[in-house]
Amino acid sequence: MPGGGALPPGTSFPQHLALTMMTGAILQAINGVSLAALLFLLASGFTLTFGLMRVVNMAHGAYYLLGGYVGLSTVRATGSFALAIAAGGAAIVLLGYLVDRFLIRRTGENHLAQVLLTVGVAFVIGDIALKIWGGDSLKVHVPELLRGPMELPGGLVYPAYRFVLIFFSIVVGVLLWVLYRKTQIGAVVRAGVDDREQVSATGINVDRLFVIVSALASFLAGMSGVVGGAFLMLYPGAEWEILVYALVVVIVGGLGSLEGAMIGALIVGLLDAYGRWLLPEFSYFVLFAPMALLLLVRPRGLFGKDI
Amino acid sequence: MSEPLLSVRGIHTYYGDSYVLQGVSLELQEGRIVAILGRNGMGKTTLIRSVAGLTPPREGEVLFKGRSLRGLPPYAIAQLGMANVPQGRRIFGSLTVRENLLLPTSALAGGRPAQAREGRKRWDLDAVLQEFPQLAERIAHSGGALSGGEQQMLAVGRALMANPDLILMDEPSEGLAPRLVQQVEAIMKSLRAHGHAILLVEQNFALAVSVADSIHVLSSGRFVFQGTPAELARDSEILDHHLGVAGSQTA
Repeated sequence: MPGGGALPPGTSFPQHLALTMMTGAILQAINGVSLAALLFLLASGFTLTFGLMRVVNMAHGAYYLLGGYVGLSTVRATGSFALAIAAGGAAIVLLGYLVDRFLIRRTGENHLAQVLLTVGVAFVIGDIALKIWGGDSLKVHVPELLRGPMELPGGLVYPAYRFVLIFFSIVVGVLLWVLYRKTQIGAVVRAGVDDREQVSATGINVDRLFVIVSALASFLAGMSGVVGGAFLMLYPGAEWEILVYALVVVIVGGLGSLEGAMIGALIVGLLDAYGRWLLPEFSYFVLFAPMALLLLVRPRGLFGKDI
Repeated sequence: MSEPLLSVRGIHTYYGDSYVLQGVSLELQEGRIVAILGRNGMGKTTLIRSVAGLTPPREGEVLFKGRSLRGLPPYAIAQLGMANVPQGRRIFGSLTVRENLLLPTSALAGGRPAQAREGRKRWDLDAVLQEFPQLAERIAHSGGALSGGEQQMLAVGRALMANPDLILMDEPSEGLAPRLVQQVEAIMKSLRAHGHAILLVEQNFALAVSVADSIHVLSSGRFVFQGTPAELARDSEILDHHLGVAGSQTA
């Protein structure tokens, strides 16, 4: 996918090697950051719902995949990428609400039941998606304007879409941060993460708050499927791959922390990119070993609170 | 006597499997302070939680402004005009002092009359900060960074922002230095003067006797005494057996 740089003629071998490594390192940094951008979009909603509701929703990956497929069909039908993002997000808001209201709510505070139930939901979603969109790898079509190759200083060539994704994710991240840290509804959510019972004793309908936050998380998941499906492809099983990454992000960053999701996504994105490049056989190890070490030292993750 | 603001009628409350409140009744008139005294583990906090709907009673009934609270969730009860200052303060540490205070005014806490009852002070951010100038100085600090005394003021201020008719206070003196306990005492007297009724749960005998209009003594889930502070001070049997203050007023 990423193109290589053209070397000036007459470079010696060590110089050549150094240049290749440099170019590679830069390309992998961009790869890592663009994966981080996608993971942040997906994990931010997951971490907020977990922090507030203490609900472990393993269907989050399936929400991503289904949102992506809905977006794909929307692009095919209308040709509009923006509309696809909105449709993918909206479809998951509706689905997420139904799953919360009629299934997850029955599990109460039982996390094991939640995990089993939502894994089941994910399988059902996956099967339905397989029936509708088939088993091939599909790519959400990105408009020409956002797609073409981009030339970077130093002769590197890189798909422009990745930079669009990074920019988009930063914008969403800033909006979420402002919403969470600077508005009254954000304060209510943070209070709910601190002490749910006291929030309800203050006269706030925590259930209604859950519905709002859960809708936001669902939208983010469906939307990430659309923007992610434009470079990682959509296929049966993609939901579990992305879920693993999102879980690592959330665990490393600390459950319930938006800042943690940002930093966690960057760490996971970069570890993954460099791991695949330098130690391709051990790329999962490169991802999970640091996580295990971190959890030994800091079981709540980088920004998490005791739960 | 007019209809009581709060009326607890023969409630039985369980906390998990343990049978904590075993038939408790009390009445609280508007603008009065009723204190519940008792040692640890006698059910004082459970009584507060039963009234607030956090641990609803299994039997019996709680009426607030003549309306049964049966089946109402805590937020709906709070919106009827009840606020709580819980044990341990339970300040939201991730929120600034300002955000803590503004929480009860959120649209999600809606449906509450913004106006106080006739003749009673109406609390808003300015009024609360005027009452507790120390909070004004720390308005942008995180709630978790406050001292115990400041957190207690913030907990009271947060309750006031809802302009409640009734404030439930669970051991406001706990963990505070004597000077700050005096301050809490002054705050409660001022709240009463402003027309708020208070249901106070305390272990601090001197504090309860000084502020309350009437006192109930809770022992093993039942009231063993109800009367005025003066009557309690004379009842050495109750003082010895259920409060362990042995007639002295220095709890």
